[in-house]
Amino acid sequence: MSNALSALQGAKFDGLVKVADAGLQGMITLRGDFADAKLQAAVKEATGHDLPQQRAMALQGDTGVAWMSPDELLLLVPYAEAHACVAGLRAALAGTHHMVENVSDARAFIALSGADGLVREVLAKVVPVDMDPQHMPEGQMRRTKLAQVAAAIWMQAPGEARVVCFRSVGTYAYDVLCTVAAPNSGVGFYAS
Amino acid sequence: MLTLHCPYCGVHADETELASGGEAHLKRFGPGASDEEFEGYLFMRENPKGVHFERWRHAYGCGKWFLAARCTNTLEVFGTYPAQTTEPPQHVRDAISAKRPGWKWREFS
Amino acid sequence: MSTRLAKGGRLVNRGRKVQFSFNGKNLSGFEGDTLASALLANDQMMVGRSFKYHRPRGVVAAGAEEPNGLVNLGEGNQLEPNQRVTTTELFDGLSCTSQNHWPSLEFDIGAVNTYLSRFLPAGFYYKMFMYPRAFWKHVYEPFIRQSAGLGRAPDAHARDQDTYEYFHIHADVLVIGGGVAGLQAALTAGRAGLRVVLMEQTAAWGGRAVVDGGTIAGKPAQDFVDAAISELQGMPNVHLRLRCMGAGVYDHGYVLGYERVNDHAPKQAGPRHRLWKVRTAQVISATGAIERPLSFAGNDIPGVMLAGAVRDYVVNFGVSIGDRTVVVTNNDDAYRTAIVLKEQGLSVPAIIDARASGGGALADQARALGIRVENGRAIAKVKGGRRVTGVAICAQAGEGAVLEEIACDAVAMSGGWSPVVHLWSHCGGKLVWDAPKAMFRPNPDAPPTGADGQGFVICAGAANGAFDLAEVMRDAAQAGAQAARAAGASNASDAAPEADSVVEAPLEPVWLMPQGANIKLRMKSWLDFQNDVKVADVQLAAREGFESVEHAKRYTTLGMATDQGKLSNINGLAILSDALGQPIPQTGTTTFRPPYTPISMGAIAGEARGKIFQPIRRTPMHAWHEAQGAYFEPVGQWRRPYCYPRSGETHGQAVSREIRQVRNSVGMLDASTLGKLVVKGPDAGRFLDMMYTNMMSNLAVGKCRYGLMCSENGFLMDDGVVARIDEDTWLCHTTTGGADRIHAHMEDWLQCEWWDWNVYVTNVTEQLAQIAVVGPNARKVLEKLGGMDVSKEALPFMQWADGQLDGIAVRIYRISFSGELSYEIAVDAGQGQALWDKLQAAGAEFGVMPYGTEALHVLRAEKGFIMIGDETDGTVIPQDLNLHWAISKKKTDFLGKRAQERSHMADPNRWRLVGLETLDGSVLPDGAYAVADGHNANGQRNMQGRVTSTYYSPTLDRGIAMGLVLHGPERMGEVIDFPGTDGKVYKARIVDPVFFDKDGEKQNV
Repeated sequence: MSNALSALQGAKFDGLVKVADAGLQGMITLRGDFADAKLQAAVKEATGHDLPQQRAMALQGDTGVAWMSPDELLLLVPYAEAHACVAGLRAALAGTHHMVENVSDARAFIALSGADGLVREVLAKVVPVDMDPQHMPEGQMRRTKLAQVAAAIWMQAPGEARVVCFRSVGTYAYDVLCTVAAPNSGVGFYAS
Repeated sequence: MLTLHCPYCGVHADETELASGGEAHLKRFGPGASDEEFEGYLFMRENPKGVHFERWRHAYGCGKWFLAARCTNTLEVFGTYPAQTTEPPQHVRDAISAKRPGWKWREFS
Repeated sequence: MSTRLAKGGRLVNRGRKVQFSFNGKNLSGFEGDTLASALLANDQMMVGRSFKYHRPRGVVAAGAEEPNGLVNLGEGNQLEPNQRVTTTELFDGLSCTSQNHWPSLEFDIGAVNTYLSRFLPAGFYYKMFMYPRAFWKHVYEPFIRQSAGLGRAPDAHARDQDTYEYFHIHADVLVIGGGVAGLQAALTAGRAGLRVVLMEQTAAWGGRAVVDGGTIAGKPAQDFVDAAISELQGMPNVHLRLRCMGAGVYDHGYVLGYERVNDHAPKQAGPRHRLWKVRTAQVISATGAIERPLSFAGNDIPGVMLAGAVRDYVVNFGVSIGDRTVVVTNNDDAYRTAIVLKEQGLSVPAIIDARASGGGALADQARALGIRVENGRAIAKVKGGRRVTGVAICAQAGEGAVLEEIACDAVAMSGGWSPVVHLWSHCGGKLVWDAPKAMFRPNPDAPPTGADGQGFVICAGAANGAFDLAEVMRDAAQAGAQAARAAGASNASDAAPEADSVVEAPLEPVWLMPQGANIKLRMKSWLDFQNDVKVADVQLAAREGFESVEHAKRYTTLGMATDQGKLSNINGLAILSDALGQPIPQTGTTTFRPPYTPISMGAIAGEARGKIFQPIRRTPMHAWHEAQGAYFEPVGQWRRPYCYPRSGETHGQAVSREIRQVRNSVGMLDASTLGKLVVKGPDAGRFLDMMYTNMMSNLAVGKCRYGLMCSENGFLMDDGVVARIDEDTWLCHTTTGGADRIHAHMEDWLQCEWWDWNVYVTNVTEQLAQIAVVGPNARKVLEKLGGMDVSKEALPFMQWADGQLDGIAVRIYRISFSGELSYEIAVDAGQGQALWDKLQAAGAEFGVMPYGTEALHVLRAEKGFIMIGDETDGTVIPQDLNLHWAISKKKTDFLGKRAQERSHMADPNRWRLVGLETLDGSVLPDGAYAVADGHNANGQRNMQGRVTSTYYSPTLDRGIAMGLVLHGPERMGEVIDFPGTDGKVYKARIVDPVFFDKDGEKQNV
C-alpha cells in the first residue's frame, strides 16, 4: 500500500496559522451496540482505549477512538494497519450485529497549527461551533458544517486542531481554511 | 435561525447543521390500505399556528433523526426527543401543557 | 458658512492632516474626522441632491440615521455607491463624488422637477405610467431608469478586490451600543462573570453622554467611559469591539454583527468586513435614540440640521455648521445645542420654542447666557436655496403669518427623540406609545422570545426611553443585572453609579409647524428627505384611502429610502394619524426589519467567492482528467469529464471518437462518483426488499442485480446495481446524484419506521475509486495486468469478485451500462490513480482512451437503458418505462407499491417509453413535445408525448431518441410530429428503444 495517495498530497499553507495535509490516517467506521461487552473488548483490542462518552474521543499518536453517534464510533489506527484491523474487528464481532468498514481513503485529513487562540479563530470563521476552550476542549470531537460541507473537528493539543471531511471536498475545505487563515486576518477574540 | 437540542449527541445544533423532515408521528399505510387512509398518510398534513410536531435530522452532526415539539407562532421549543416512538413522550406533553394549557394536535393532547 | 473652529473636537487629532477629494476637489481634514465632519469643515454644506425633485441636500445628522449625505466612495474595483458620509471615517486618499445629479452638483437639470412638484404627487408613478400600455417599455421605463437611482452602480467588469469573512461566537450577554448605558450594562454583566461581548458601531466609546455633558459618580461622563473601558478590558470574560454594528436580531438568540474592519484604513491588509454570527442567551440593546426633525417649510435646505448633530460636530470634531444658528425645538434638549454654540463664541440669534409655556432649567441657562428665547413660536419657512439665509418666524398656533424674519446661516432643529427600537423589534418585540414623551418605546411585557419562550432582548438607556442621565445609568445597570440573571448568573448586582439629573420641562408634540400650516407650506415641509416625501403627500395618501401605515408607506415611499425612515417614520405616521383622525398608537409603526443599516454583499457572502464559491467534489483521478484537458460538466457538486477533446476537435467529434473506441476496442470511465452504500445486518435483505421494487433478499452471494427505488409516492427515484457481498451484507450502487440522498433515505426509514430492524448502512462512496474498463478488448487489458481470473467462466456477467490487479487489491463487478463487455473495478481511493495509470499503460496497445459522461449517455441510449433524471423527472413510475420486470409481484410490500395501485398510476393512458427515430436521420430537439389532434381548454395543441433523451449515435450514424408517448409501445412504426422551437416540425417514427445489439450478445462474452 506504499503507493496510496492522501487526498491533499502534502499540501501546506503558512498564514495566520499553518494549514497542512495531515497525511494518511487509518479510519474505521464501527457501528454496533455500545453496551455489548464483545464490542467494548474489540475496540480496546484495536485501539487500546475504552469506549468514549458522548462526543468524546481518546487519542494517542495515530491510534484512538471517537464517538460519532449513539451507535457509531470512528476508530483511528495507523493507515497501513487499517485493512488488517477491519478484518480483526469483523472476526472479533462475528455473530453479533455490527458493521465495520474501512473509510481511511474516504477522508481528507487537515491539520491546523499555531497559536491556540488563532487556530480557534480560524475554525470559528467557518463552523457554527463555540470554539471557546471551555466549550471545545481537547478530548472532544465535534461533527458540524465547515463552510458548506460536513466535517469533524477536534483540538488535539493546544494550538493543534484537526479537521476531517470527505475526500472529494478535501481541496475545497483546504482552500476554505487557507482563505480564512490569510495573514493579517486575526480577530483578536481568543487569547493566544 | 433556530437551535434545536439533538437528543442523541447532546449538541444544541444551529439550524445550518439540521435538515427538516416535515411532520412527525405519521402512521404509514401500505398495500391493503384504503384510498382515504393512503391519501391521509401521503398528503394530509397539519398546518397549525401553535403547537406542532416535526421531524429533524442532525444532518451535519451525528446524522440521527429526532422529533421536536415547538410552537410555529413563537418558535418556542417545548422539547426534542428520539424518533423511535409513535407518540410524544409524557414529559414533552407535560412541558407543552405547562405552556399551552388545553393544546391539541391530531389525536394527542 | 460651516468651518473648523480654532480649537476643540474630542475625536480629531489636529496634529495629523488627512487629504481627500470630493468631486475631484482636493480637501483636507484631520485624523478622527468622519467624511461628513471633514466636508463641513471645508464648507461643503451641500453634498447631494434628492431622489425625486433633485433638491439640494446637506448633511442633516451625524450618525447612522443620515438620509442625505450619500456619496459614491472610491473608484473602479473599489467603487461603492450610497455610502453615508456620517459613518465613513476619513482616510488619506479617500475619493468620493456626490450623487443623483446631472451634469453637476451645483447645476442639475433634474432640479426642474422641483418646479413640477405639484404635478408629481404621491403615487405619481402609479397614476401616470399606466397608459398608454405600449409607452411603458419604450418611453416610461427607459426615462425612469435614466433619472432614478441614487449612486452609480459599479462597472460590470469591476471586481471587488477585498476579502470578507464570518466569525461565529457564543455569548451569555451581547451588549449592542457602546454609550454609557451599554458600558454600564456590560460592566454589570461582566462583573457577574458571564461571557460578555460589547459592540459599538462607531470608532469611539461613549455615545451621546460625552457630548451632552453631565457627571457620573461625580466626574465628567468621559471619565466614567475611560474607567469603564479600562475595567472591561481587564476582564478576560468580556470582549469589546468597535466599528461593529449590531445589524439584526433573529430567532433563538441569533444576532448578526457587522464589523467594518478596515474601511477606515483600506490599505491595511486583511478582511474588509467581518460578519459576526453570534448565538447569545441575552441581548442588551443599548442603541440610544435618534432625534426627530421638525416639519416646517424649507426644512430640507442645506444648513438645516438636527440640533444634536450640530452639537456633535462642535464637540466631537470642532466644526461649526454656521456662524449664526437659529435653534427651533419642542423640547429642552435642543437648548444644549444653543448653550454649546454660545460657549464656543458663536451667535445664536434666537431659540424658537414651539411650546407656549417654554422650557425648564436649560432654558433659564440659555437666557442667562443672553440668548433670546421665543416661546410659542414656529418657523414659517426657511429662506435660502442651496444654503440657509434666514428664517421667517410665526406663531406655532397659527397658519404661518410671518411675524419676523431672522437672518442666519444654520438652523438646529429638534422634534424630540425616538428610542432606537430596531433590534428590539426585529424578532417580534412589541412597542408602547409613551404619550408624555411622544415616542414609541419597548414594551417590557412583550419582548421577543427565544427557544425557552422567555424574552431574550432587553433595552437599556435611551433605547428604552430613558433620557435623563441618572435614569439612563439606573436603567442600564438594571438591564445588565436582569440579563445576567436570565443568562444564569445569580450574583448580578444592579447597583448603578449616581449621575446628575437635569429637570426638564415636558416636550410638546409638534408634528407640523406651524400647526395650521397652509398647503403651500405643507408642500415644502419634508418628512423623508431622501425620497422626497412631504407632509402634503402623506395627507394625500390618507385622503386616497391608504389608511394602513404599511400601505401609506409604499404609496408615498415614506421610509423606503436607504435610511429606512430612521428620521421620517414617526413624523410621517403622526401626520397620517392626524389625517385619519386617530391616535398614533392606533396607526402603529411599519415593520422594523434587519439589517439596521445596509451591510455589504461581500460580508453576506463571506469567504464564499471565486474557487470556493461552492464546494466542488473531485474524484481521486480529477487531476489526471484536468491534465488531459478534459471538458468538465457539473453533476451535482461533482465535476465529471464530459469529454476529452483532442487538439482541433469539437466536443461532438471527441464524443464520437470516444464512443467508437468503446464499441470497437476499449475505453475507460471514471465511475468513482457512483454512490456505494453498504447495507448489513440480519434484517438487511428484508430491508432492501422494502427499498427496491424488485427482490434483493434472494440475490445469491457473489451476484449482482439491477434494482429500482421508488418513493412512497410510487415515483422512480433512483436505480443501480446491487451486489450481495456475504450472507448479511449487500452493496448498493446509486446514481451519482443519489449517493447522499439515498443514504439519507435509507437512514430515515431505518431510524424512523423500522427502528427494531437490525440493519446498518454506511456510505462508502468516497472510500473507493471506481474505474469502468469497457469494450471488446476490456478483458485483454485486465489480463495483461494479471493477478486474477477475469474470464467468462470465472467472472460471468452480473457477478463480482475480489482479487488483485498487478498487486493492487480490487473488487471487480461485471456489469455494463453500455452493452459492451465491461468491468467496473473498485479500489481504495488512495490507489485510484495508480490503478488508472496501470490500466492506461496496459490498454495502450488497444488504443485505450478515457471517455466522458456524454459518451456514457450515448452508449446507454443506444442500448435503450434509462437514465434517472432524463427518463424520470419525479412524475414517472417504473411501469411508464416498461420496467415491469423489475417490479416484484411476489412481495407483499415495498416503498411505492401501494401508490402504484392508485387509479391514476394504473391508468392505461399514461405515456410510456419508446424509441424514436426521425425520418431523415436528424437529431430530435431535446425536450420536444409530440402534438396530437385538437386543442385543449386553453386553446393549446393537445400533446401526446415528449422526448426524454436524444443524441447523435456515431455507432448508427443517425439521431436516436427515447420518449414517453401515449400508448407508445402499442404504436410501433407510427410517425408523430414534434414541433421544434426553431419553427420546424420533426417527424419521428416510434420504434423499439433498444437501437443496438438487441440480443445483448456483446456483453455476454
